[in-house]
Amino acid sequence: MRAERRWGWLLAAPAILGFGIFTIGPMIASLFFSLTDWQIGAPAKFIGLGNYRQLGHDPLFWKSLNVTTYYTLGVVPLTLVVGFVIAMLVNQGIRGRGFWRTVYYLPTLVPAVASSVLWIWIFNPDFGLLNSMLRQAGLPTSSWIYGEQSAVPSLILMSTWGFGNAMVIFLAGLQGVPRQLYEAVAIDGGGTWARFRHVTLPFMTPTIFYNLVTGTIGTFQVFNQAYIMTQGGPNNATEFYIYYLYTKAFTDSEIGYASALAWVLFVIVLVITVLLFRNARRWVYYEMGAAR
Amino acid sequence: MTREGSLVRRTAVWVLLAAGGLIMVTPFAWLVRSALMDDNQIFVSPPEWIPKPFAWANFSGALGSQPFARYFLNTMIIEVLVVTGTVLTCALAAFSFSRLRWRGRNLIFGLLLTGVMLPYAVTLIPTFVMWGSVGALDTFIPLTVPAWFAGAGGGVFNIFLFRQFFLTIPFELDEAAYIDGATPWKVFWGVIMPLSKPVVVVVVIFTFIGVWNDFLGPLLYLTSDSKYTLALGLAGFQSTYTAQWGFLMAASLVVILPIILIFFVLQRYFVEGVTLTGVKG
Repeated sequence: MRAERRWGWLLAAPAILGFGIFTIGPMIASLFFSLTDWQIGAPAKFIGLGNYRQLGHDPLFWKSLNVTTYYTLGVVPLTLVVGFVIAMLVNQGIRGRGFWRTVYYLPTLVPAVASSVLWIWIFNPDFGLLNSMLRQAGLPTSSWIYGEQSAVPSLILMSTWGFGNAMVIFLAGLQGVPRQLYEAVAIDGGGTWARFRHVTLPFMTPTIFYNLVTGTIGTFQVFNQAYIMTQGGPNNATEFYIYYLYTKAFTDSEIGYASALAWVLFVIVLVITVLLFRNARRWVYYEMGAAR
Repeated sequence: MTREGSLVRRTAVWVLLAAGGLIMVTPFAWLVRSALMDDNQIFVSPPEWIPKPFAWANFSGALGSQPFARYFLNTMIIEVLVVTGTVLTCALAAFSFSRLRWRGRNLIFGLLLTGVMLPYAVTLIPTFVMWGSVGALDTFIPLTVPAWFAGAGGGVFNIFLFRQFFLTIPFELDEAAYIDGATPWKVFWGVIMPLSKPVVVVVVIFTFIGVWNDFLGPLLYLTSDSKYTLALGLAGFQSTYTAQWGFLMAASLVVILPIILIFFVLQRYFVEGVTLTGVKG
């Protein structure tokens, strides 16, 4: 049907155009920019791989890569474990399920700016909530985001507080675990642990994998906390990758160099994603014949 | 399982949830109490939890010291434009990808899906340069126009969501309408959309919250104070009024409250929304 084909293209046109204008076009442009020495206000000069070579000698590039990796390795596992455990708890047949789900999801809803403002105050070494509580309990206090050693762990703690998205996705996954299998385990004399180990966990591996991939991609791009709370400090301890890219592009106006940073990030994320997918074959369980 | 066992279990679950819930809620409680204290009481050590007296003036003080009404209006203008554009163009694209047959359809849909994996940093700089070259900096255009192209980039998630839902609607309905001489446009509005209210609500909520929470976009594109959004206004407020914690906490509370209210009213859609996406393998 020719009419159907015409309508098909027409109705999908905004999406196709959008993809071309706002994804493919900028991607190609970004690659081109990354091969130039271009400061805003001056003409661009083609320098080949010069920016990439310079990256290798840039201590802040390596620093930002380290900081971001450290943060990702902290936040992703913590979010997965906490999100999974809480999702299982709020999936029980308990009274007030909706209430508990709301309580645990709440931090995820708070605008990043507002939660950053709130946590600056919680982390305040003199009057903040955390040190006040530690003092009252007679424990040693911390300098939190103001200490070089404690800054990233503090931000990991803060980010884990927002595990709500992972939890909701786990909840959705838990709805798909076949109930009959639990009964089968019970007949075989298996207890709570056996049910978890042999039914829940295998059936949840695709969901765990989904959260692992999206969580890793997301945390590699953290920006707001570095910008609002720490400005990359103290002593570059929270110089996150995107924050560094942002300052290069929009403070120093080094468009070419910042574009090279962006492409390196793209390649890193791509490699990690491919590695995760490869590795997934060994542990992600897909129900046989679950074709829908 | 004995009755007694399940009672013990339930109590244990309840205790765990309550303990965890306390940790989740404490920062909010801290925010609320600080928003209602004057600066003398905020800095008392050990800290007090009950404001005495309640410093309601923080709210009028905070809202009066910055044009928050203006920020709110700006945010709502962007919200209306983005939510309308996203729902309309994403639903139309999903309709085309799921219910109209045309060659190349699956290939293009697959291509669009790859966009989800792309770090936003890659497109950030060229997009900024592009808007600059057409003279759209410091306007709402860069923040709203991409929404009318199926949300561009991140909008693929919404197309996916709509498509999943549309696939559950019986195809006989379309066929009946086509036999009566309807165009795809009429089928979309007359058959599909009226049956798709749940997924529309989900996309509206997620899009609304995305705009409300967006910080980087306004930070990049808006430079004049009169065009600031709430998130941007609050961040500026943070760096200007670091001494006035009561004001700052009151302003934060004002930015958070609408979202929390929306969540309480529409709570079930949040969980349903994710179930709809069919995350499972």
